[in-house]
Amino acid sequence: MSERLTVRKTHKLFIGGAFPRSESGRTYEVHDATGSFLANMSQASRKDARNAVLAARKAVDGWSAATAYNRGQVLYRIAEIMDGRRDQFATEVAAAEGCSDAEANRQVDLAIDRWVWYAGWADKIAQVLGSANPVAGPFFDFSVPEPTGVVAAVAPQESSLLGLVSVVAPIIVSGNAVLVVPSHDRPIPAISLAEVLATSDVPDGVVNILTGDATEMMPWLAAHADVNALDLTGMEPGEGATTTEREAAGTIKRVMRPAPDIDWSADPGIARIRFFVETKTVWHPMGT
Amino acid sequence: MTDAWQPPGGDQASLRAFLHGLPGVDEVGARGRAAALATRSIKTESKRWAIDMAIAMVDLTTLEGMDTPGKVRALCAKALRPDPSDPTTPSVAAVCVYPDLVGIARASVGQDLHVAAVATAFPSGRSSLDIKLQDTADAVAAGADEIDMVIDRGAFLAGDYATVYEEITAVKSACGDAHLKVILETGELHTLDNVRRASWLAMLAGADFIKTSTGKVTPAATPPVTLVMLEAVRDFERATERRIGVKAAGGIRTSKEAIAYLVLVSETVGDAWLTPDLFRFGASSLLNDLLLQRQRMITGHYSGPDYVTID
Amino acid sequence: MVFEYAPAPESRSIVSIAPEYGLFIDGGFTAPVDDQLFTTTNPATEEVLSRVSEAREHDVDRAVAAARRAFEQTWGPMPGAERAKYLYRIARLIQERSRELAVLETLDNGKPIKETRDVDLPLVAAHFFYHAGWADKLEHAGYGPSPRPLGVAGQIIPWNFPLLMLAWKVAPALACGNTVVLKAAETTPLTALAFAEICQQADLPPGVVNILTGAGDTGRMLVEHPGTDKIAFTGSTDVGRSIMRAVAGTDKRLTLELGGKGANVVFDDAPIDETVEGIVSGIFFNQGHVCCAGSRLLLQESVADEVVERLKERLSTLRLGDPLDKNTDIGAINSAEQLARIDELAKSGEEENAERWSSPCPLPDRGWWFPPTIFTGVTQAHRIAREEIFGPVLSVLTFRTPDEAVAKANNTPFGLSAGIWTEKGSRILWMAQRMRAGVVWANTFNRFDPTSPFGGYKESGFGREGGIQGLGAYLATEVAR
Repeated sequence: MSERLTVRKTHKLFIGGAFPRSESGRTYEVHDATGSFLANMSQASRKDARNAVLAARKAVDGWSAATAYNRGQVLYRIAEIMDGRRDQFATEVAAAEGCSDAEANRQVDLAIDRWVWYAGWADKIAQVLGSANPVAGPFFDFSVPEPTGVVAAVAPQESSLLGLVSVVAPIIVSGNAVLVVPSHDRPIPAISLAEVLATSDVPDGVVNILTGDATEMMPWLAAHADVNALDLTGMEPGEGATTTEREAAGTIKRVMRPAPDIDWSADPGIARIRFFVETKTVWHPMGT
Repeated sequence: MTDAWQPPGGDQASLRAFLHGLPGVDEVGARGRAAALATRSIKTESKRWAIDMAIAMVDLTTLEGMDTPGKVRALCAKALRPDPSDPTTPSVAAVCVYPDLVGIARASVGQDLHVAAVATAFPSGRSSLDIKLQDTADAVAAGADEIDMVIDRGAFLAGDYATVYEEITAVKSACGDAHLKVILETGELHTLDNVRRASWLAMLAGADFIKTSTGKVTPAATPPVTLVMLEAVRDFERATERRIGVKAAGGIRTSKEAIAYLVLVSETVGDAWLTPDLFRFGASSLLNDLLLQRQRMITGHYSGPDYVTID
Repeated sequence: MVFEYAPAPESRSIVSIAPEYGLFIDGGFTAPVDDQLFTTTNPATEEVLSRVSEAREHDVDRAVAAARRAFEQTWGPMPGAERAKYLYRIARLIQERSRELAVLETLDNGKPIKETRDVDLPLVAAHFFYHAGWADKLEHAGYGPSPRPLGVAGQIIPWNFPLLMLAWKVAPALACGNTVVLKAAETTPLTALAFAEICQQADLPPGVVNILTGAGDTGRMLVEHPGTDKIAFTGSTDVGRSIMRAVAGTDKRLTLELGGKGANVVFDDAPIDETVEGIVSGIFFNQGHVCCAGSRLLLQESVADEVVERLKERLSTLRLGDPLDKNTDIGAINSAEQLARIDELAKSGEEENAERWSSPCPLPDRGWWFPPTIFTGVTQAHRIAREEIFGPVLSVLTFRTPDEAVAKANNTPFGLSAGIWTEKGSRILWMAQRMRAGVVWANTFNRFDPTSPFGGYKESGFGREGGIQGLGAYLATEVAR
């Protein structure tokens, strides 16, 4: 009896809710931790990145205007859908990171739980980061956090799934849209995450995933005037990151710098949420 | 507002539509503007001029249950010659008394000063229109050439603008040639939006002056209230080319405050209003402070209360 | 008519200005060195007020080293409650000397004494009071259980609110446990140097606050100095860009408070008299030298003519002249360079066929002046609708619907301030939510308070100053590790 031949998946980009191939036609080979061939990944080009910016910009108005309650449920829905595919994720994480099955399972559980954790933040951010300000005069004065807008992010290179979720969730929970470059060498869980996002309730364009070379795309995205912030967490510190940050100065983008040594299993705190919101302060007189 | 401006009709629907269509007043902004103007500082020679002008703008007032002919005669003497030691001191604009004392006042001041009477069931204004009209007619017959009437605040606050309007027009016609000052009693209107609406209502109904207060309700005149009334007068002139006077009455006691009001007038409606024909102070104790300041400016040293007369 | 305002000049005798100043480093003033001195001038008279020192590389080195020592040895280890008491002391000293500082600021900057006396100085003291109280309560501010300071903060401030911007920078930095090297603006160094004396009077430990004077080069040295952990800058967007480039790839934390082109949106149901006042304060406060100025007036078409007419009448009553005169509403332009820039942009407005109206007020013969000016018939495409003029020049545009108002208000790379004038509450909140600006003033304008966070969206910068949110600029967070 011959073994059934498995049906392999074609790995594509995730832009505006669709799964296009790179317009450049480029792919690159991805191997598992032992060096065996896993797949050919689409290698996103600048043009793909530009399309992702357009998709994110189109999505951000509606997503940021959604109620916090609604955004929280959408994030929770991601966790629900992921939980149904945990075995697939565990297999892919194990292959990508070369860890034990137990460790891969732990990573997947943490990733799912992280969505749940951030889902709960959606309707608390304004209360924790906002304020009523007791100004010395007859004015009501309050401050509210608002999403920065379109964020271009580089996910961690080592932690293929948990790191990716830990970067994306705090960006989108407040109403931002993101285009994220996942781990270059370990991108397969990211594409499976895209499939989860596509089949949950996340509006098209809120998350866009561009597999490929961050050092190729990021300096260009840094100069793109319709991108509001950069998250370089997963970028190698050094010349590429510095060039990117320098380019970002042209339009005064908010830049989160590379952070190679984060323990993603630790309590993330709210610093990432805080980084990608703006504080808006509103004054109004109080009189009759 | 353009040349084509048409006043609203005197019916309830038209008045309501018009008054509720006036721009709102932001209280904090209006208070801020009034406070900012209070920090202006004027020239010494201007200050002398301003003090004399303020004296000439005073409606010297006594409105007590204990008023007697003797008290009114003393008030009139003071009104004519506020500072017996200095004949260059101007007379005040008018004396202001209850209707029953108008005859005494007129006899005392002759034709040298205006005599104002607080008619229309002052200060509450709570009696029938017939009685208010009779009150007015009596005062005019006794020699009053200015009538200070109070509006029906109850009707105004109930939104019954037609009643307020009709009462003012009726009193206006009872006045004959006497000038009509309409007291809004802003302390009972509470909001600056109401002050703006009541100002327009009174002007539309024929007021010659609009006046802040009876002096019997606190707060009486305040800079923000006066500012809003001056704005109404300014805009009314723009619409109708008619100049309406403003009287700030009650609570103004010092020369400094009085000069601050003149600044308010100058910067809001312009210097054309700096005349007793268009701006008055309803006051009693203010006069002595103006006189003390006047003496100080002339002699160069501070005067004392024994150097001005009590009335 | 003899009713005129007096020249009511505030007495200059309350201030004593030294002929020369050194730099304030490590608790003391350096001796002025002749070849480092440059002049500072009264912009209302062009009179030279004093000569101050341009800090060079070795001065910056010494100042940063002093700040580092103080951070490590005195200020850093000091309990928050003790830091608080120093800040309270400073606040009180500012209050005690507030008239003197107001006069000094007016002399050096050209802004009216009415503003330095009634706005700048009260806010300066308030900022120190507010932040003093935070020094021993930081664990309650939402930045984790034991928030840590960043270290040495390099701070660069502009000339439009010299002492107030110093307060916005120094007070939170010290409250959070950082030490400071501050560079005052080239044209307005004197109140910062007076503040240095106040630090001495307060017995603030040496090195906690260091005050440098100088121009762009000094600022650049401070930004690029390897010993600074944090850079805070308020100024132009162009300089902000170059600072951001300079700190790229370092571990320095950065906050930027940059330019603006604020939209002041007036609906047809606005409280008209207060709106006119708000428009005036929005653009003519401090001669329009305000990054959050309401420099684009967006009028609903149905009231546009009436508002413009009332505005012109009101502007005709503004009094321009001697900044020390208590009746002066509009003071001098801070420098000849700034006046040239305002002139150039105003000319571009005329060349692009916008209609110019300037207040007929007379301008003094000496000093640098620009009359309150309005351009009508301006569109989004005009330079004067897009570029920050930083002067008393208002561009008037119109709109028809709330959606259009929002679209035009947001149609700028800046995002610092916005104004809304309407009596309709729900429209205020609808507009406030949609305007991409860090501060939205509804039925008021140009209000400031230490409890109220201030800062921009987009190219107006990032980070906040003031309020609980402002503390984040001077505390280490997990992201920064």
